Formats: sequence, C-alpha cells, structure tokens
Amino acid sequence: MSDIQQARTALTTRILEGDGQLPSSGRQAAFHNRGVRGPAGALVDKVARQAWRVRDEDFAAAQATGLNEDQVFEMVVCAAIGQATRQYEAALAALEAATGTE
Amino acid sequence: MRLRILDNGHSLSTKALFALIRTISRQPVLDVVRLVNYRADFYGKPMGRVAQEAMRGPSSWTVGDRELMAAFIAKTSQSPFCLEAHAAVAQRASGDAKSVSAVLSDPGLLHVEEPLRATLLLLGKLTREQTVDADDMRAVLAAGASRQQIEDALAVGFAFHTMTRLADAFAFSVPGSAAFAAGAKYLLARGYR
Repeated sequence: MSDIQQARTALTTRILEGDGQLPSSGRQAAFHNRGVRGPAGALVDKVARQAWRVRDEDFAAAQATGLNEDQVFEMVVCAAIGQATRQYEAALAALEAATGTE
Repeated sequence: MRLRILDNGHSLSTKALFALIRTISRQPVLDVVRLVNYRADFYGKPMGRVAQEAMRGPSSWTVGDRELMAAFIAKTSQSPFCLEAHAAVAQRASGDAKSVSAVLSDPGLLHVEEPLRATLLLLGKLTREQTVDADDMRAVLAAGASRQQIEDALAVGFAFHTMTRLADAFAFSVPGSAAFAAGAKYLLARGYR
C-alpha cells in the first residue's frame, strides 16, 4: 500500500471507527450520504454535493433535531471525506480502465 | 464559523498557541488552523498526514504545481478561502505571482504547459462533475502525464475535495492578503503536519 493510501485508510478508520460523539453508525451514514434523515440528512447531502450553498439555516435545522455542535462537526467532516473518497475512487477506476494495468 | 466550538472550543493550551501565532505573525489565526486544532485526533492530525503526503511527499510534480492544483480545485468549487490560501502558496513557491494569477484567471489554461494543463483540466472536471471516465484519463496520458503523475494529482484532489467542502460548510472567514501571505510562508516552511 502506498503512503497516501495508508494515510487515507488511517483517516477513514479514525473518523468512522474511532471514538466520537455520534455513534459509528451515524458517522458511516454521513460518510456514505445514505440513511441520514430529516434536516441532518439535508445538511449531509448539501456538504457532499454543493458545499458552497450551505447556509447558517442548514446548521440550525440540524441542531434543532437534538444534535449538539460536536455531533454536527463529526457529521460534516464525515460527509466531506465520504464524497471526496467517492470522487477519488471513481477517478482511480477510470485510470485503471484507461491503462489496463494494476 | 458556523459552529461556536470551532471558534472558541479549544483547549487552553491550544488557545495559548493561537495567542502566540497572533503575536508572532501579527495576523489573525486562520480558520483552517482553528479547524485542524479542534479535537485534532479526530480530523486535524489524520488529515494532516494525508495532506502532507499529497502536497509534500515524493512526486515528479513540484510543490508549486501541487499548490496550483489545490488553488485550481478551490476556484472550480467556488471556495474563496482555499483559493486565496493556495494561490498565495503557489505564488510563493514559484516566485512568480503574475503567472499564477494569470493561470487562475484563464479558464482554458492556454499558457500552461503540458502535461500540467491536461492534469488541471482533469481535476477541474472531477471537481465540477464529481466523476471522470477512461476517456478523460486517456487525454491526460496522451498529453504526456505518467500514470504516477495522475495518481499523485488525484491525491491532491482528494485532499482538496475534502478541505474545500469543509471551508465552505463551516464558513471560513476570508481575511486580508497579509494573513494568507503569513500562512503561505508557514506552509512552505513547515508543511501540513
């Protein structure tokens, strides 16, 4: 495994499986942008797809569901890294398809 | 920022570090520094290792090339903080502020040599459309980039597809150019760790 892959794996393992204020299942859901309901899910989706359109109201709505600031922090970090991971892996697969070598 | 904990939820020792930074640099502490030092074991430290490897690890791309890639991703994703921050680093790394500004204001990148031009365009498409295909990769390979160079550029992409999202989502404030210049000096001297 290359150094960048080791560093990426360590990052993903930490945010998804290490200690946190959100349960690991909640961080996994934010990372995959799948199964987060209500205003929190809307914030996760916006971070993943159109982060420049996130507004104060999106955070306020997520926190109004009972999430504290640390939980929202973890959710947003997981959403951002999850979408960046999907972009990265899609691009590596395209490179693999173009070169046809491992 | 949109979470109060990122502005003032740090430990006393981290707050003391921020005071030292303000005193020495005579500039405000950048919001990215506040972010990576908040519960650093969760995000800042492991992400710092990713960024250090992508931006300063072994590569045939220069540090200036990689900082330009970061600035180009930020421009494409409409992330003003990251654009200003990494344009400043690219300018300082290359010693040619005018060329960096010209590249970042030219959508066709007509004055950029290959294979950097094709690589930047690939990163731009990956940023805009969030995916690319094999034909996109063949175009970059045909422009002279090696497979390893493309992989290295995609690592920069991963780091900044993460960081631009967080800068925008948390609403990093955009200070004056002197604060970014101080940040650029630090990033070139010390890296991302």
